Amino acid sequence: MTAETNLLNCQEFQDQLPELIGAGNNLSHHPHLRSCALCRALLDDLEAIAAAARQLLPIEDPPEELWEHIEMAIKEEEHSAAAVE
Amino acid sequence: MADSSELSSNKSGRDRFALPIAASLPSLQARSAGEEVLARAQAGDHQAFAHLYSLHKRRIYSLCLRMVGNVAEAEDLTQEAFLQLHRKIATFRGDSSFVTWLHRLAINVVLMHLRKKGLSLVSLDEIMDPTAEEGPRRSFGAPDLILSGSIDRMALERAVADLPAGYRLIFILHDIEGYEHNEIATMLQCSIGNSKSQLHKARLRLREALSVSLKQEVRA
Repeated sequence: MTAETNLLNCQEFQDQLPELIGAGNNLSHHPHLRSCALCRALLDDLEAIAAAARQLLPIEDPPEELWEHIEMAIKEEEHSAAAVE
Repeated sequence: MADSSELSSNKSGRDRFALPIAASLPSLQARSAGEEVLARAQAGDHQAFAHLYSLHKRRIYSLCLRMVGNVAEAEDLTQEAFLQLHRKIATFRGDSSFVTWLHRLAINVVLMHLRKKGLSLVSLDEIMDPTAEEGPRRSFGAPDLILSGSIDRMALERAVADLPAGYRLIFILHDIEGYEHNEIATMLQCSIGNSKSQLHKARLRLREALSVSLKQEVRA
C-alpha cells in the first residue's frame, strides 16, 4: 500500500471499491479499513450479499404444459425440415 | 447447489462454488447416467431429449425468470432455449461441461430477446447506468445493519427481482451464475470496468433493500 492509500477518505475509498473488489484482492488489511468501521461494515455487507447469492437455488419449475409446447414446436420444425428435403 | 442428477459444471468461474470433492463423489454414477442421456439425445433420441429437459428445466427456467422478471416471458424464453438446444445439441463437443454450455445458450437467448425489445448495445449501457438520483448512494452515514449471517434467501430473491434490469443482469451473471467480468463484458458488449462498476452498484442497491427488509422484520 502506498502512503496515498493510507490517506484515503471514505468517498475516495468507496470510489475505488468496484475496482478493488473486482480485482479479487484481499482487502482486509487495506489501510483505510483498519481505521474506518463504516467502510469495513460496508465491505462486510457486500461480501455477505455475494456469498448469499452463491447459495441461491433455482427458484421454481416451469409449468407442466411447457414441455408439450416444446414438443409440439420440435415436431413442427422436424416436419418443416422433412418437407424441404 | 447443483442437482446431483445434473452434469456438473467445470467452468473456472464456478470452481469456488463447487462441492468439496468428498461430497461430489456420490454423484459419479449420476454423472455417467447423465452423459449417457446426453449422448442418446445427441443421436436424436426423443425420449432422451425429454429426459434432458426434465433434468435441466428448473435451472433454465429459473435463470430466465430471474433475468427477465416476468413469468410469461420466462416461459417463452425457456421454450426457445430448449428449441435451440434441440437444434444444436449434436454440435456439443464437450469442450466445456454440458451445464455450462446450456446455461450460456440460454443466456444468449435471453440477451437476444432483451436486445430485440430495444436494449441495443448503447441503451444497454444506459440501462445499466441509471442516473445519479436513481443509483445507490454511498455509505457515509452510520451503518444501517450488519447483514453478515442474517441474509434471508427470500428477501434476497425479492431484492434481486426489484433491481433495475441492467444491475440485475450483471448481478445474476456474476454473483449467481459465476461468470467472470471479462466473460460478462463479452456477453453484454460493455467494458470490464463497466461490468465491475455495475456489479458494485447492484450490490449497494441490494444492501439498501435488505437493510430496509431487516428493519421491517425487527419492528414486526
